[in-house]
Amino acid sequence: MTLAWILFYLPIVTSAVNQLVLRRNPVVPYVATAASALCFLISLVLLGREGEVGFNWATIGDLNIRIALKLDQLSTGMMVIVTGVGLLVHVFSLAYMREDKAVNRYFSGLGLFMFSMTGIVLSANFIMMFIFWELVGLSSYLLISHWYHKNSAADAAKKAFLCNRLGDFSFMIGVLLLWGITGHLTFEGLREWADGGGVAAAPAGVLGAAVLCIFGGAMGKSAQVPLHVWLPDAMEGPTPASALIHAATMVAAGVYMLFRLQLSIGSDAFDNFAGTTIAWIGGITALLAALMATQQDDIKRILAYSTLSQLGYMIMAVGLLAGEAGMFHLYTHAWFKALLFLGAGAVIFACHHQQNIWKMGGLCGRMPITSATFAAGTAALVAIPYVTSGFYSKEEILAAAYSGSTALFAIAVVVAFLTAFYMTRAFVVAFLGKSRSDDASHAREVKPVMWVPLAILAVLSLISAFLTGPLNAYRPHEASLIIVAASVVSLALGLAAGFFLYRGKNKDPLNIPAFRERLYFDGIYDNVIVRYFQDATAAIVHFLDEFLINGLLAGGAARASQGFGNLFRRLHGGSLQAYSFAFGLGVLLVIYFTVFF
Amino acid sequence: MASLNDYLLVSGLLFAIGLAGVVIRRNIIIVFMCLELMLSAANLSLIAFSRFNTLEGLPDYNGQMLVFMVIAVAAAEVAVGLAIIVALYRSRQTIHTDELTTLKG
Repeated sequence: MTLAWILFYLPIVTSAVNQLVLRRNPVVPYVATAASALCFLISLVLLGREGEVGFNWATIGDLNIRIALKLDQLSTGMMVIVTGVGLLVHVFSLAYMREDKAVNRYFSGLGLFMFSMTGIVLSANFIMMFIFWELVGLSSYLLISHWYHKNSAADAAKKAFLCNRLGDFSFMIGVLLLWGITGHLTFEGLREWADGGGVAAAPAGVLGAAVLCIFGGAMGKSAQVPLHVWLPDAMEGPTPASALIHAATMVAAGVYMLFRLQLSIGSDAFDNFAGTTIAWIGGITALLAALMATQQDDIKRILAYSTLSQLGYMIMAVGLLAGEAGMFHLYTHAWFKALLFLGAGAVIFACHHQQNIWKMGGLCGRMPITSATFAAGTAALVAIPYVTSGFYSKEEILAAAYSGSTALFAIAVVVAFLTAFYMTRAFVVAFLGKSRSDDASHAREVKPVMWVPLAILAVLSLISAFLTGPLNAYRPHEASLIIVAASVVSLALGLAAGFFLYRGKNKDPLNIPAFRERLYFDGIYDNVIVRYFQDATAAIVHFLDEFLINGLLAGGAARASQGFGNLFRRLHGGSLQAYSFAFGLGVLLVIYFTVFF
Repeated sequence: MASLNDYLLVSGLLFAIGLAGVVIRRNIIIVFMCLELMLSAANLSLIAFSRFNTLEGLPDYNGQMLVFMVIAVAAAEVAVGLAIIVALYRSRQTIHTDELTTLKG
């Protein structure tokens, strides 16, 4: 169990030492990478262990809040994903961020993130999870705004933080509601409560509301509609950080947390309007994000929307009471999406920070290893049957949707088609054909320190579905003919459409402004919510500021003292006799009061 | 024989006249004299209290000691006060309080 504590504290200690002691020392990136390697080893050792260890953090009356590390199959498996992707991202960043001026700040931020994520994954109760939930929000903010001198990055970080805060409020309300119903905050306590028949006895409406409020936290963190707007903008951050935080781990924390909740209070608590709502929001997110992805030009944004879409899949699975399928997809998705992001990072690095796929092209010949790994990641994401891990996990989700709701199954199949379509588009445009700009024609294959993580991830994205023995997440594949047929047909259609529509093109033959403009979500938010709410808030603040504080408090005090001053100034007429008269009057008053009272 | 009240009445009258002089009169010498009058009023009441507060058949001499003290201090104060008035007259060429308004706020 000491190992668990080391795993928990090592990233923050490293990060603090890097930021506070080593500061500008060039050794910082290597220290951080070594620490993440150590974390990965510890996670492997701890894999599959059970147990709990912790200390009392705050005791208020009967309520005892513990900082406790809970090890079980779910958390140790998730830790392997987090630290594994984390390690590869650290290694990749060594090269990617080498010429950045603030590389040490970047690595400190990564350390803070690894600490926060470890806290979420290992937490044994909701309060601790909430604390670290906020901390990942903070570290995500710090990493998105790494290049804070760019306005777009600073705005994106603010947007991400605000959207997350909105979800976090809901999360906290949900946790408190759940506490009110059950009297428990620990996952263990909740499970005992559920085993004791608590779910059936609890008021169904309130319980469903609590679950939905907690799901609100997942909506913020996992970027579900309508709080999804921050994730595509978060691509302003450094690409490796996007790979780690906004693709593989943090955004998956929402799914992890929901599944943890489902394990604790049982599927029965989800088997009502709450589960249906969750499934539908997941499905809608998957569909809308896939539609938006079809018309994006920025390679990172395409991947960001595909992340949204895949997260929608996972959330849908949890809502359909098939949390295991969601976790399985989370597991495979983490590897291949990290691969795609790091691959995009390598491409961007080679193309001198050119992110527009229409300015790339022909990278296949110049960057063979990166192209091959990106192809592997794409294959896993579009779920090429039987040879990629993505196929198996997507099958599970399709199966869950098939048995749950026909409409959601239809949505899932359409999303599968769209995924194949937009990923083929991205691959064909960026990697095949001729170079469309100088940046692309001068691209060279990246160094081994960058392609080795890509290669490892490529292998994992193909075979990770078969490595789930210790994770126990993968259930034997019961191939229902309809599901396989639907998935294969949608895949073939998507691949064909993407390939034939975009082969050899120099500009997008399709032009669908609605998708390009992200279905106007951002516009509506900017023009309605931000404008009116911000204006209303500004008016209220202005009133408080001008009238209450300036007029009444600060100004009032000033005016009162000024008035009194004027009053007393009359007395100070400079006439000695007036002074002595006032003095005599005062003495008289004193005598009067002392004698007669 | 006059009672304590008579003495205190006279003392109070003297004090009131003194105060009135200080407040009303504009000549600073007169104001100063009126101040002395108020001191005398205080002295008178102290003497009266001393005389009528007998301890074992004898007056309480503490009051009379205090009066001597006051007279001595008043003599010193008069010297300082008159010196100030002379200095004031030399610098301002006036002893009218209406014209001495530099304390005006």
